Amino acid sequence: MSPNGQMPADQAANSAAPQAPAHTAPPARTMPGHGEVHRHVLVAIVLNKPGVLNRVASLMRARSFNIETLAVSHTDLPEVSRMTLTLRGDDVAVEQAAKQLYRLIDVLKVQDVTSDPTVEHEIALIKVRADDRNRGEVLTLAEMYKAKVVDLAAESLIVEATGTEAEVDALIGLLRGFGIKELVRSGTVVMSRGAGSIEEAVKR
Amino acid sequence: MGTKEGDARTVARNGRSSTATTAETPASDGTDKADQRRERINHTPGAGTERAAAIEAGRREMLTDNLRNQIKSLAERGLTRPRIGADAVCEALLRQGVEVFFGYPGGVVLPFYDVLGDYPELRHVLVRHEQGGAHAADGYARATGKVGVCLGTSGPGATNLVTGIGNAQLDSVPIVAITGNVVGSLLGKDAFQEIDITGITLPCTKHNYLVREANDIPRVFAEAFHIARTGRPGPVHVDLTKDALMGVCTAEHPEVVDLPGFKPTFEGHPRQIRLFAQEIAKARRPVIVAGHGVLIADATNELRELAEKAQIPVVHTLLGVSAMDETHPLSFGFVGMHGWKHANKLIQSADLLIALGMRFDDRVTGHVPTFAPYARIVHVDIDPAEIGKNVAVEIPIVGDVKRVLVALLPQVAQVDPESRAAYLAEIAEWRAESEKTPWHGSGAWRDGQLSADFVVCKIGEASNHDATIVADVGQNQMWAARYAGFRRPNSHISSGGLGTMGFGLPAAMGAAIGRPDKETWAIVGDGGLQMTVQELMTLVQDHVPVKIALLDNHKLGMVRQWQELVYAGNYHSSHLLGPDWIKLAEAYGVAGFRASTPEEVGPAIAAARAVDGPALVHFEIAEQQNVFPMMPAGKGLSDLLEEQFEEPKQ
Ligand SMILES: Cc1cc2nc3c(=O)[nH]c(=O)nc-3n(C[C@H](O)[C@H](O)[C@H](O)COP(=O)(O)OP(=O)(O)OC[C@H]3O[C@@H](n4cnc5c(N)ncnc54)[C@H](O)[C@@H]3O)c2cc1C
Ligand SMILES: Cc1ncc(C[n+]2csc(CCOP(=O)(O)OP(=O)(O)O)c2C)c(N)n1
Ligand SMILES: [Mg+2]
Repeated sequence: MSPNGQMPADQAANSAAPQAPAHTAPPARTMPGHGEVHRHVLVAIVLNKPGVLNRVASLMRARSFNIETLAVSHTDLPEVSRMTLTLRGDDVAVEQAAKQLYRLIDVLKVQDVTSDPTVEHEIALIKVRADDRNRGEVLTLAEMYKAKVVDLAAESLIVEATGTEAEVDALIGLLRGFGIKELVRSGTVVMSRGAGSIEEAVKR
Repeated sequence: MGTKEGDARTVARNGRSSTATTAETPASDGTDKADQRRERINHTPGAGTERAAAIEAGRREMLTDNLRNQIKSLAERGLTRPRIGADAVCEALLRQGVEVFFGYPGGVVLPFYDVLGDYPELRHVLVRHEQGGAHAADGYARATGKVGVCLGTSGPGATNLVTGIGNAQLDSVPIVAITGNVVGSLLGKDAFQEIDITGITLPCTKHNYLVREANDIPRVFAEAFHIARTGRPGPVHVDLTKDALMGVCTAEHPEVVDLPGFKPTFEGHPRQIRLFAQEIAKARRPVIVAGHGVLIADATNELRELAEKAQIPVVHTLLGVSAMDETHPLSFGFVGMHGWKHANKLIQSADLLIALGMRFDDRVTGHVPTFAPYARIVHVDIDPAEIGKNVAVEIPIVGDVKRVLVALLPQVAQVDPESRAAYLAEIAEWRAESEKTPWHGSGAWRDGQLSADFVVCKIGEASNHDATIVADVGQNQMWAARYAGFRRPNSHISSGGLGTMGFGLPAAMGAAIGRPDKETWAIVGDGGLQMTVQELMTLVQDHVPVKIALLDNHKLGMVRQWQELVYAGNYHSSHLLGPDWIKLAEAYGVAGFRASTPEEVGPAIAAARAVDGPALVHFEIAEQQNVFPMMPAGKGLSDLLEEQFEEPKQ
């Protein structure tokens, strides 16, 4: 009992006691963002202005979206840049991320290309420990993954690999056995297959 | 305006009323001390004089629409100096129809203040703290529907604005906040009063700008105002380096803004609107939840038409309060954590929930899985990101709620009130039950102590439910929304999303300046008033006749309430001292009145209303009164805690 006798907590229950209406009720209301989590790939066309990257990154952080990779570059249009983001979340959460991106004045277009036919690539440079004894093995592996050796030294070499995130992951996994001294990945970039162009959609 | 008239002293437009009152009015005991004091501090140049009246009339004249595009050039003002960035700022404000703004000077904005006097059409209100300036701009915007403007200097001036900017962001209020910054060459050098203010405001504005070139000012201001007021409104921050303000500006003001990335959707999709109409036709227990977006869109008439045509009861969010006249038979108060029980029951039993311009805040929904369990939901919102953000909905419609309703109305069949008779009768019964309290109306809570709801109710009545009522945050805010009785759109102003204590007084100042034709009351708590009380001085200096109702419970009441109900009465740090409020008010030159019993309430309100200028009424209310019902955190709209009534002791 509260000091001034107002409200015992057990008195709390007090139902609205509605009768179920005639028509079919929807199932228990779902809270968005609690579905199955997948990797999504978003492409954003943004104005090529200072600070835009900061705006995008700040929004993603503030709204707790989990960006895995982010690649930013020029396009053929001098006034716009292109960002490719990969992030994990359920469909609704990722759709929400895209809608939030649209709220930024400098964002022109956002597209979730996860289930579109696309060409998806990233580039990785992997500095691997390799000497006379095992250099051959490394080279064979690299070849199997269509990777190139772009630098060679007595005790190491640099492999340049391109491919989807999964392909690059696989090669890195195999090279790890030799000892990776240094690794850098560009983050995924994608482009839709066929004649359609997200850039053209932006041109007015 | 007019620093040149600095020595013009005026007679205070005073008028302590001699209206008989049983309320204590300490300084009105025959001495003219307060009047003298007001006269002395009344140094607004020329205010109250014929000269000032002429300037004011001229100012209004200059601001009529057809003259707006003919803003006088410097030459036409008889000036030979070059046009600099600061001039472009003044011109831009005038072009945007700004007639008043709230600012505070400092080093880097002095170039601006140096030219401001050349633009007497622009009224500058010198606030006492930049936070007050931002809230005043916010209150002005909400009361008028126009863009509010505030200004501060670099560093601390800019950071002081941030709370007000964040407040406007969360409540979708159109303001343009201007700050100065150090000269461009010093940016990033940790110069004196340099702070990365655009970095700070980035996540709490709709958009922001750092301007380093005088010639960018015309374009940036045109964009800033366009963004602030278009689509879902919000704050835009413009940071100007000192050299941008001082540099020669040759750029013209653009007639149109070109923002390829900013194209809000106004028209609802016709197919969705058809579905909307079909849902209404099918529904047996429909309810409309009217949010702030209805007020923003100026869709209050369309809302009423829809309600009447299809006989649908209307409930409100906190920020939707005043969207529908509360005396209308289909208008049922606000929902949510501290909303009306009958309104919450309406939602919980509805088969169709029509959400108009509201964003399903967690104070509205409570535990989402139990929210509106039988309802299909139609959600109309201008911001696509709001749809499906907090609650999954069946019929999403992106668009301006006014245009959507205009398109919808012809497709909605006229419903015979008879066919809803049972439904409406049931709600009426719920309402009668939930509005019943043993003290509501009697004025006394326990043991004859003054009941806060009674005070608020009397203020509403005294002002004929036509005053703009601006709340602070806490229990006072909930009492204001529940009991004042709102009839006119935008007559209720409240800090909903950020819940900013200290909002009430400065926001009321802005609202009163924006709507001088309406009486303005600030309903504030003793905690909140102590956060921005210095704006009392601005009220006096600028003759802003805000009436302040201080609901003093000597407590951070809302905190105390939670401690009582959730933290087993562990009242840590919720008791606070306040000053002698009447003396404080008098010290500022504000008329002060006191009421401690129900009998004193009416006369004290009358006395404050009779003052020609600001006045404060110190209501000593019960210290332990809580706001009920209350939805505990994590619970749903059907789990309301309610007051346990006692027979009032007399
Ligand atoms: C102590 C305290 C207690 C509170 N208790 C409650 C409570 O009990 N009940 C309650 O409701 N709230 C309560 N609140 C307030 C709550 O936190 C939210 O601020 C409030 O519910 C938001 O109302 P809203 O969604 O209508 O307005 P906003 O938050 O302003 O949202 C407006 C919505 O309208 C949309 N919109 C804007 N313009 C248009 C247009 N032209 N056309 C269509 N859509 C448009 C916007 O995109 C946005 O989605 C409380 C706050 C405090 C501080
Ligand atoms: C700036 C700020 N600090 C803290 C809070 C948390 N808070 C919400 S209500 C409240 C108590 C308000 O007390 P008072 O102003 O006296 O109003 P009352 O609830 O007593 O009417 C507090 C501390 C807040 N909302 N804003
Ligand atoms: Mg208090």
